[in-house]
Amino acid sequence: MSEAALIGLFVATVQFGTLVFLAALGELIAERAGVLNLGVEGMMTMGAVSGFMVGLETGSPWAAFFAAAAVGSLVGGFHALVSVVLGADQVVSGLALTIGGLGLAAYVGRNVVGERPETQFTDLGIAGLADIPWIGEIFFDQPPVVYLTVLLGLAVWFVLARTRLGLAIRAVGESAATTDTAGHSVMALRSVAVMVGGAFAGAAGSFLSLYMAPGWTEGMVAGRGWIAVALVIFGAWRPGRLALGALLFGFTLALQPRLQTFDIEVLGLDVSSISPALLGVLPFVLTVVVLVIISWRHRHRPSVAPAALGLPYRREER
Amino acid sequence: MAKKFLLKLFVVVATLALVVAGCGNDDDDAAPEPAPAPATEAPEPEPAATEAPEPEPMATEAPMDDEVVAAFVFVGPVGDAGWTWAHDQGRRFAEEQTGATTLFVENVPEVAEDFRAVVVDFIENEGADVIFGTSFGYMDPMEELAGEYPDVVFEHASGFKMNDTNFGNFFGRMYQPRYLSGMAAGAMTETNQIGYVAAFPIPEVLRGINAFTLGAQRTNPDVEVHVNWTFTWFDPALEGDTASALLEAGADVIAMHQDSTAPGIAAQEAGARWVSYNSDMSAFAPDAYITAPVWNWGPYYARIIEAVGAGTYSPGAYWGGMDDEIVTLAPPADDVPAEVIDEVIEVWDQIVAGTWDVFTGPITDQDGNVVVAEGETMDDGAMLGMGFFVEGVVGSADPS
Repeated sequence: MSEAALIGLFVATVQFGTLVFLAALGELIAERAGVLNLGVEGMMTMGAVSGFMVGLETGSPWAAFFAAAAVGSLVGGFHALVSVVLGADQVVSGLALTIGGLGLAAYVGRNVVGERPETQFTDLGIAGLADIPWIGEIFFDQPPVVYLTVLLGLAVWFVLARTRLGLAIRAVGESAATTDTAGHSVMALRSVAVMVGGAFAGAAGSFLSLYMAPGWTEGMVAGRGWIAVALVIFGAWRPGRLALGALLFGFTLALQPRLQTFDIEVLGLDVSSISPALLGVLPFVLTVVVLVIISWRHRHRPSVAPAALGLPYRREER
Repeated sequence: MAKKFLLKLFVVVATLALVVAGCGNDDDDAAPEPAPAPATEAPEPEPAATEAPEPEPMATEAPMDDEVVAAFVFVGPVGDAGWTWAHDQGRRFAEEQTGATTLFVENVPEVAEDFRAVVVDFIENEGADVIFGTSFGYMDPMEELAGEYPDVVFEHASGFKMNDTNFGNFFGRMYQPRYLSGMAAGAMTETNQIGYVAAFPIPEVLRGINAFTLGAQRTNPDVEVHVNWTFTWFDPALEGDTASALLEAGADVIAMHQDSTAPGIAAQEAGARWVSYNSDMSAFAPDAYITAPVWNWGPYYARIIEAVGAGTYSPGAYWGGMDDEIVTLAPPADDVPAEVIDEVIEVWDQIVAGTWDVFTGPITDQDGNVVVAEGETMDDGAMLGMGFFVEGVVGSADPS
């Protein structure tokens, strides 16, 4: 295996990791507030198409990125309306978002399918650092979204762990009634969390259509929204573990096309003969393994998942 | 409880509304285009496409209508720059050539009920005389519908079923232009390593890889073609990244079998070269583009529509080659050396004349076994069931 191949593996790891981390970070916010949103795939797809279209119109990747975030948060707002305000089943509403988001994106983007991108994010060679062998190419010559995502990860951790707002969000995810009694608006907290989560997913979608595979076509998110949902569970609803999990998931995604080119043996097994199709399910297998480990370690304690996750809240109803 | 049920119902209905909105637009688009652009993909001049397969100018059985209505069912969007785009170019060409009314619906899934609903609507409400289905998965419902509507002609791309009266299939010998594109690619590589982003390990894909490799070896005996399987027909992010993986491993030219342009964009970013597929995708990565084996369905569509109009249609299993121009090679990039282009044209002429074909021996497989002996040519049956890689391909023809 050449040096270029190994560096390429880690460059792609960071990029795929960023993609799923950004989307999963949004899902983490919503779930910490007690709202399960299975619409990540739909929100990402809407972000991918709207980001690409705004990029075509404006020629600015940043305008596209923030437009995608806005659209993602609008789509998330639909989930908030149905499941938080109206109290409908979160699973049904979230799935509706995925199925509906894919269909709506196909409709919205019907005239720009296969269109040549006008703009896309480019790698940001950070002066001085990008020239360091190995490390420079992997960490300091990436598109700006990568660095923004790292900052967002820190910000989410800080807000959740160190601020009153974060405390309120976590509280509403553990016990909505208690938070209500304490004078916070359950509806407002949860709706905002879901909409911010949607913004993250939409932005992640535009990272796909403006950098990783510039252009728009139906189904281009190709299940990575579901990987983000799994990643939140893998990360045990904590931003730090989420980041580690994202690197691991990103590594398996980057490995998928590369393993076939690797001429190495591990424990007598020729790795290039491992099916890339099998690698595609690895994130989900890892998630199940982690779920089992978590439930085993916590067998005498309450689950690590937010206690009120998935439960709609209506005052005076129990 | 009732309230909760109503809310669930609302969610479901809202979802359906969105999904329907996603599909509903197609009817507007199905109106005939005012000024169809002719499909002028072929670098060589088009033949007058008025020749019906069996010309019977005096056919007396007049068709029911004044003009033929031809309806196309597409699996993808017409703007995909790939498979469906090429079929739509063919539809436009046939419409201009024949004066027939053409209709189409995009994004029809390979689900029997969905396909059937679209086709029944075409026949009962739009008066379609001939249905073209352009995806393999339409085969069984087409067979059924052909039995139910004996007066309508059904033509299926890429399948193998047919009947004696109104159901035929058609495909093209894409391996021929793939060979020619391989010749150009072999001449352009400097590392003697070409990366091939491969879709699924099925005969059609293996045939393409083998033909490409044989072509590359003709202009460059030292060349290796490294194959990476994606197990996708369309996942741009994965296919682009697969191209990157091949480039990182030392390839400097990328070829591919999927519909997406992402491998080309990846090649261009790496300063490498690219052989696209389906249609001339040069606009997406102009610096990387070398050439492309492309589909040119128009003349075939025009012939079938004319035969249907003249009442002379009879179904067949058509596997046309470069001589029929159903497959061809897109124009090469400016920097492909003139002597290479001359050699390509020479082989092109031999293929068209029928004096030589791609899988002519001696051909050895990856293990060094002679698959086609010197002086022999592989028959269609063996080509359609191809399950091996030729010598020079690096990768597994039967990945786990």
